[in-house]
Amino acid sequence: MLADRDRIFTNIYGQESYSLADAKKRGDWDNTKDIIARGRDGIIEEMKKSGLRGRGGAGFPTGMKWSFMPKESPDGRPSYLVINADESEPGTCKDRDIIRHEPHKLIEGALIAGFAMGAHKCYIYIRGEFYNEAMTLVKAIEEARAAGLLGKNACGSGWDYDIEVHRGAGAYICGEETALLNSLEGKKGEPRNKPPFPAAAGLYSCPTTINNVETIAVVPTIMRRGGPWFAGLGRNDKNTGTKLFCISGHVNKPCNVEEEMGIPLKELIEKHAGGVRGGWDNLKAIIPGGSSTPLLPRSICDTVLMDFDALREAQSGLGTAAVIVMDESTDVIRAIARLSFFYMHESCGQCTPCREGTGWLWRIMQRMVRGNATVEEIDTLLELTKEIEGHTICAHGDASAWPIQGLIRHFRPEMEQRIMEYRKMAA
Amino acid sequence: MKKHLDLHAAYQPQSFSFRSAEAVKDILDRYPEGRERSAIMPLLDLAQRQMAEEGAKATPPYGGWIPRAAMDEIARIVNIAPIKVYEVATFYSMYNIEPVGQYLVQMCTTTPCMLCGSDNIVKACQDRLGIGLGETTADGRFSLMEVECLGACVNAPMVQINDDFFEDLTPARMVEIIDLIEHDKTVPVGSQTGRLNSQAAGGGTTLKETDKARKSGT
Repeated sequence: MLADRDRIFTNIYGQESYSLADAKKRGDWDNTKDIIARGRDGIIEEMKKSGLRGRGGAGFPTGMKWSFMPKESPDGRPSYLVINADESEPGTCKDRDIIRHEPHKLIEGALIAGFAMGAHKCYIYIRGEFYNEAMTLVKAIEEARAAGLLGKNACGSGWDYDIEVHRGAGAYICGEETALLNSLEGKKGEPRNKPPFPAAAGLYSCPTTINNVETIAVVPTIMRRGGPWFAGLGRNDKNTGTKLFCISGHVNKPCNVEEEMGIPLKELIEKHAGGVRGGWDNLKAIIPGGSSTPLLPRSICDTVLMDFDALREAQSGLGTAAVIVMDESTDVIRAIARLSFFYMHESCGQCTPCREGTGWLWRIMQRMVRGNATVEEIDTLLELTKEIEGHTICAHGDASAWPIQGLIRHFRPEMEQRIMEYRKMAA
Repeated sequence: MKKHLDLHAAYQPQSFSFRSAEAVKDILDRYPEGRERSAIMPLLDLAQRQMAEEGAKATPPYGGWIPRAAMDEIARIVNIAPIKVYEVATFYSMYNIEPVGQYLVQMCTTTPCMLCGSDNIVKACQDRLGIGLGETTADGRFSLMEVECLGACVNAPMVQINDDFFEDLTPARMVEIIDLIEHDKTVPVGSQTGRLNSQAAGGGTTLKETDKARKSGT
């Protein structure tokens, strides 16, 4: 188990206030000027050494992402840092805790990251439903401004920097980075084609980097304790550091917890969440990384490790590390069908395969829940997911396909049995 | 899955103006010059909140919603065609484009909440208020809505009522909350079982050393 001294988020449950005074006692804003004095290259080099991969789901190396930003603006366009706080992936509720209980980690990280990519302005896009959280964040930013930590010559570093909070309004798709940019520009949240990538033309067609809340909030600690410290935690040099896990569903004590990357799934649940309701043998399946990642049956959950590569090898993914646990009492077909409804509801409607396909998936899945289908239709359903996957501008189409693919991969016999039972009843 | 915006419905007021020019300016100042369009979303929210404040004093009361006249006013402020504002207002689910009850009860029913019994929470709300999904009580005080994941999954099941989250619910507690709100009593927000936010019930498994050291001032 990760030692308390290696935990980054020491106030994640709100044991103390979020205020600047308390945050400073916890070590935030400690000589930030010196960190910035290490220069852009120094900071990016340290981030690369840490091996940090983006915490928003895709797991792209953070240091490398920052290095894509132009060193100097050839045409006078400013650079922007945009922080993605549109946390909406079902199962995920970690960024909310950072924002309401550790906002100064995020704000300090935003300054360091913004400086490292040559930005003077940062926008934090927070989902609209997190109204109270957004108000906390705004207050924390005002505290930092009043203390000279933001604004002109932030922290005495010589760098001008400011942060604005932009609230979303209930669209899951705005968690997709280019949809988020459109939303921030006052448009519908429809994803953009790439290229151009945001580092070349993002917010207001200016160079932009979009990072997840957790990614930015761990930056100050990495800079203070060093990249090698962070890289020393985790399973290997591709899966480093600590990670906030959200454990929901059929466990005795659902919770958020910071643990080491690569912790065995079973250990995570038994140590921190009080185990599966009714014991480990009562486990049916787990969605390991938020709704988009394919579920895993107990046989895989027994041994799988919680990191990017181990879960990919298990044909799933770490995603946002939102662990949704389902015990034997679960109607697993209905659980996945509910996700199909979610993806249909949240499709922005721009690409035909996703707009139409997610509706088809939901309608077929409703029949699968009752068993009112033929066995061959399971193959039709699978084929349909393949027709959506990879044929849309953004990954929403893929995300609607994967949960169903996981269901068919691991629970096909149960789907067939449901169909047989329905037929018997109907006859 | 929003309804069509009915521009000429009887409930649409003829005009709208923002009460606080200062609040409007504060929003516009957040974005670079020439990028006033970015202010559409916060201005829609401001309009909805202003309507909610007025609605709380009206008889019968109503909740925050955005009349077409407010969208037109926003279009004027940011200097853009009104259709561009209608587009945004109808795309995002949190903008109510027709009147709602004073207390908008949004029940999360996505898989993590569903696994923890959100079906029973929905039923408890419907039975207590005597209305279905998308409906408003006759006295104008409550509207019921089913919504997608609200991002408090380790505290499932949960509902959002106006700006506040109510977590770790049981059907009985849900009914109590509605009773309290109906009698204008305050309800503690967050977890209803008394646990500390997203910490595991009973005190959690981590940060014990850190918390102890902090308390003793070392």
